Amino acid sequence: MSTIAVIDYGMGNLHSVAKALEHVQPGVEVLVTSDPKQVANADRVLLPGVGAIRDCMAEIYKQGVDKEVAEAIRSGRPFLGICVGYQALMQSSEENGGVDCLGEFEGSVNYFGDHHKDEQGERLKVPHMGWNEVMQSGEHPLWQGIENGSRFYFVHSYYVKAAQRQQVAATCNYGVDFDVALAHDNVFAVQFHPEKSHTAGLQLLKNFLNWNGKP
Amino acid sequence: MALAKRIIPCLDVENGRVVKGVQFLDIRDAGDPVEVAKRYDEQGADEITFLDITATHEGRETMVHTVERMASQVFIPLTVGGGIRTCDDIRAMLNAGADKVSINSAAVTNPDFVRQAAERFGSQCIVVAIDAKKVSAEGEPDKWEIFTHGGRKPTGLDAVEWAKKMVDLGAGEILLTSMDQDGVKNGYDLGVTRAISDAVNVPIIASGGVGNLEHLVDGVIQGKADAVLAASIFHFNEYSIPEAKAYMRERGIEVRL
Repeated sequence: MSTIAVIDYGMGNLHSVAKALEHVQPGVEVLVTSDPKQVANADRVLLPGVGAIRDCMAEIYKQGVDKEVAEAIRSGRPFLGICVGYQALMQSSEENGGVDCLGEFEGSVNYFGDHHKDEQGERLKVPHMGWNEVMQSGEHPLWQGIENGSRFYFVHSYYVKAAQRQQVAATCNYGVDFDVALAHDNVFAVQFHPEKSHTAGLQLLKNFLNWNGKP
Repeated sequence: MALAKRIIPCLDVENGRVVKGVQFLDIRDAGDPVEVAKRYDEQGADEITFLDITATHEGRETMVHTVERMASQVFIPLTVGGGIRTCDDIRAMLNAGADKVSINSAAVTNPDFVRQAAERFGSQCIVVAIDAKKVSAEGEPDKWEIFTHGGRKPTGLDAVEWAKKMVDLGAGEILLTSMDQDGVKNGYDLGVTRAISDAVNVPIIASGGVGNLEHLVDGVIQGKADAVLAASIFHFNEYSIPEAKAYMRERGIEVRL
């Protein structure tokens, strides 16, 4: 039986993502865990995260999650980052006065701003909260069965800009164009919450559980 | 391409059952909040709000189980409100699978609770519910005041200033109910919705008074609401969620179909 480790480092509610995984593949063993052994032995690894990046990174280092993540990524096992778990994979974030992150992807995490506007000059609220259209940059096993432009559920005030454009798997627009999915080898990471994104989100999780980690 | 305006059906739940009933044509037990939530989820609701109106401690335990059941079957965001007074209350709901909690009277009695909650759980899951009533007379500049206890108890707090303060303390979203309109079906109070939406940078959910689909459109276009919440028009099959979305889209509003 296939196992997936959802890394629990004390940031946020992991119930939803665990339930969603069990829902899309009954019988899958979902381990919500902080135990490095369980993470090391799982077939797949998922790094979630909500809240402030400073607190997340502090817990990641304190609990040695940085090493678990690095090992999982090097091992070639399928790896999925979600929301702050996505941002944590970047080099740095400007949140909380500037925070160094894990650096698995080159690029930065930037604030939408307090006076954010769309192209017509209409004010845009921050956080970017709700359902927005995700434009896929190309084919990837995780997009299988998901229509290009499908809406996913977002909640975030900071956005990712990747330096290596060939790693961008999807973009979105909210006053600015930004990167909402990155892919490299066995790693896939998304800004939105697939576990809260209804049919399209569940399909992405299902694709992740069926993925062999090859692009 | 843009962020969609959200439609949020709201269910009043007491002792684990939907109050006043929700009538779907082809669903046998409309009293189970999870069944009702599943139906709204299938129809394309963007989020669900459960408002717990249970008075007893035992009833609240029931609500935790209801949220747990919902979270394993419905995969859209869920907000739980009603009786959220401590960080332990919040943790119980989030652990059960809620994505956000809505704080109402506890914010009025202890505003610092909002700050504590946002620091501990993150602003993204802290909704502050504001019940406002117009207190200015005809001809005076508009003024709205915060009321508690279902609109019976005035607090002397100016609604717009209060909303700003709640956001400063860490509220990630404002659920604004206009008490004059609630249950009256004349539409949202667009004045206070617009005033608060203009005054704060976080999303506003308009609530109270929806009687037809034009009211939803008004809430977004004139009230500048980011999301529209309604109860009875959906519960009693007056309108379905797809009808509401089609109507809003016709009027030029971006929705998720």
